[in-house]
Amino acid sequence: MAVLEIKDLHVSVDTEQGPKEILRGVTLTIRSGETHAIMGPNGSGKSTLAYSIAGHPKYTVTSGSVTLDGEDVLAMSVDERARAGLFLGMQYPVEVPGVTVSNFLRTAKTAIDGEAPKLRTWVKDVKDAMAELRMDAEFANRNVNEGFSGGEKKRHEILQMELLRPKFAILDETDSGLDVDALRIVSEGVNRAKAATDAGVLLITHYTRILRYIQPQFVHVFVDGRIAEEGGPELAERLEAEGYDRFLVEA
Amino acid sequence: MSLLTSHPGTDRHPGLSGPTDQGAHTHSAETMVPDQSRAERTTSYAVADFPVPHGREEDWRFTPVAELADLFRDERTGLCLDWAEQLPEGVTLSTMSVADWQASGAPKPGDRAAAVAAAHSGGVGVIDIPAEAELSEPVRITLSGEDGQLVHGHLLVRVGRHARATVVLSHSGRASYSEVLTLQVADGAEVTFVTLQEWEDEAIHLAQHDVVVGRDATVRHIVITLGGRIVRLNTNASYVAPGGSFEGLGVYFADAGQHLEHRLFVDHAVPHCRSNVEYKGALQGETAHTVWVGDVLIRAAAEGTDTYELNRNLILTDGARADSVPNLEIETGEIAGAGHASATGRFDDLQLFYLMSRGIAEEDARRMVVRGFFASVVARIGVPEVEERLMAAIDAELEGAVK
Ligand SMILES: Nc1ncnc2c1ncn2[C@@H]1O[C@H](COP(=O)(O)OP(=O)(O)O)[C@@H](O)[C@H]1O
Ligand SMILES: [Mg+2]
Repeated sequence: MAVLEIKDLHVSVDTEQGPKEILRGVTLTIRSGETHAIMGPNGSGKSTLAYSIAGHPKYTVTSGSVTLDGEDVLAMSVDERARAGLFLGMQYPVEVPGVTVSNFLRTAKTAIDGEAPKLRTWVKDVKDAMAELRMDAEFANRNVNEGFSGGEKKRHEILQMELLRPKFAILDETDSGLDVDALRIVSEGVNRAKAATDAGVLLITHYTRILRYIQPQFVHVFVDGRIAEEGGPELAERLEAEGYDRFLVEA
Repeated sequence: MSLLTSHPGTDRHPGLSGPTDQGAHTHSAETMVPDQSRAERTTSYAVADFPVPHGREEDWRFTPVAELADLFRDERTGLCLDWAEQLPEGVTLSTMSVADWQASGAPKPGDRAAAVAAAHSGGVGVIDIPAEAELSEPVRITLSGEDGQLVHGHLLVRVGRHARATVVLSHSGRASYSEVLTLQVADGAEVTFVTLQEWEDEAIHLAQHDVVVGRDATVRHIVITLGGRIVRLNTNASYVAPGGSFEGLGVYFADAGQHLEHRLFVDHAVPHCRSNVEYKGALQGETAHTVWVGDVLIRAAAEGTDTYELNRNLILTDGARADSVPNLEIETGEIAGAGHASATGRFDDLQLFYLMSRGIAEEDARRMVVRGFFASVVARIGVPEVEERLMAAIDAELEGAVK
C-alpha cells in the first residue's frame, strides 16, 4: 500500500509582473487503488497541481509538501519522481522530433525499471497494449507525438501508463478531445493499468463524462487554486446538474 | 527577368520551421536581397583576380578573415598532410599537373583562398572510379595534420559512367589547410561523397568543393563538420546535362570558439535537374558561431527544375550564434518546384521535461533530443560507418557540455 500526500501546497509562476500565486494551499491524500477526481473550471489550477507534482520547472513551490510513502517528492528531480512511481498523463503531450515511439518507450521502461526489459516479452507487451488501445502497429515507428491527432496523443499517454506501471498516475484532462468511442477505449486502458498494479489515480477533468467509465471514490472540486468542496461520486452528479456557478459565485 | 528572394521561411513543405524559434538568436538575413546575381561572381584560376578579403565582401562577411591571412598569401609552402588511402579494386590514384587540371575544364576557384590553393598545390591527386564499377566498400581517403602546417591541397575525384560508389574523405589533426576538390560524376553514375571534418581545436580549413553532375547521375554530397577552429566549406553543384540529381546533406556541431561555415551554390543551368539541400547544426558555448548560406540559381534555360533547401539550427546554450541565409534566384517560371526553409531555435526545455517525466535521466534525455534533431539528416547518409561515427561524435560533444 502506497500513499501520496499533498499538504498545504502553495505554487506560483513567474510572470512579467513578478511571481503569481496559483495554488493556494492544496491538501490531498491518495492511496493505492483509490481513484480521485479533481474537477474544476478552466484556469482553476488543475494542471498547475499536476505539473507541480511532476516537477515542471515553470512552477515554483513556495510552501507545503508532497511525499510518496514519506519520501520528499519535492526534493527529487523530474526523472527521480517518475522512477519513484509517479506518472503524469499530460493535457498537452510534447512533440519530440526524431525520437520514435518505440525508442522512447524502451528507453523510458529501462529507466523506470533500472534495467532493459527482456526483448521478447517487451515487444509483445507493447504490441498487445497498443492493440487494446486500438493503435496501429505502425505507430511505434512514428516520432513521439509528432503529427498525432488529439486522440492519438491521449492513447499514447495511456499506453505509457500501462507499460511503465506507476504507483500513482495523475491524468490531466485525458478525456479532452476524445470522441465517445475513444473515450471508452482510453478509459478501459486506465482501468486495466490501475487493476494491474493497484495504482492510485488522480483524474483531472473539466467534465463528468469520463467518470462514467472510470469511477472515482472521491471527488474534489477545485476552484481558484484550492479545493472548495469534497465528497463522493454524488458530488460529480451534482456538478453535472448544476455546473460550477455555485462555487464561482462564492469565490 | 530575375526574381530574387531572400527571406527565411517555409514554402511548399509546411511545418519545417519549428515552434521553438522564439527567444533564440536568429540571424536570418530577412531583408538582405543580394545586389548581384550569383551568376556574376568572379571565378578564376588567377590569384590576382581576387583581392585579399577585408571581411565586408558579400561572401566573406561572416568569416573571421583576420585569422586567415596565411591562407590568402600567394605563396607556395610545399607542405602536405599525412595521407592514407584505401582503394577498392579497380579504383586508382594518380597525379595530374595543375596545368592539365585547368585545361580539363574543371570549375574555377571562386575566391582568394581557393585560387591560392589551386595555384600552389604542386599537383592534383586524382582518384578514378572506373565506368560500371560497383564498389562494395567505400573509397577512403584520410588526411591529417601533425603540427599545424600550412597546406594547399588539390583533389579530383572522377566517377565513371554508371558506376556506383561511396567515397569517404576525412580530415583530422592540426593544420591550416586550404582545399580545392572537384567531384566529376559521369552519366548515370550514383555516388555518395562524404567529407568529415574532425579537426582538433586549433585547425583551420577552407575548402571549395565543385560537384559536376552528369546526365541522369545522382550525387549525394555529405558534409560533417565537428572539429576545427575555423572551417569554411563552399560547395558548388552544377549539371552538364538533364536528369541530374544533387543532394547536399550537412551536419555540424559547433562548440565555444568554433566558427563553422557552410556555403552552397546550386547552379541550375540545365533543364530537368533536381537538387535538395538539408543542413542541420547544433551550437553550444559562448562564441560558437555557425554560418549557412544556401544559394540556388535557376537560370532561364533550366526548365523543369525541382529544388528545395533547408537549414535548421539548434542552439543549446546562450552566447552561440547561428547565421542562416537562403537565397533563391529564379529566372524561369517553368519549374517543377522551388522552396526553401530556414529556422533557428533554442533547445526546447519542454521536450526535456517530457522525457524526464518518464524516468529518463537528464543527460540521456538531452542526448535523445539532440540526436532526434539530427535524425532526419543522419538517416539519409546511408553509410553505416559514417552514421555510427557521427552519432558517437554527437554524444561526445554533448558529454563535454553537460558538465
Ligand atoms: N506563465 C503564467 N503567467 C501568468 N499566469 C499563468 C501562467 N501560467 C499559468 N497561469 C495561470 O494559472 C492559472 C491556472 O492555470 P492551469 O493550472 O493551467 O488551470 P487549469 O488546468 O485548471 O485550466 C490560470 O489562470 C493561468 O492563466
Ligand atoms: Mg489544465
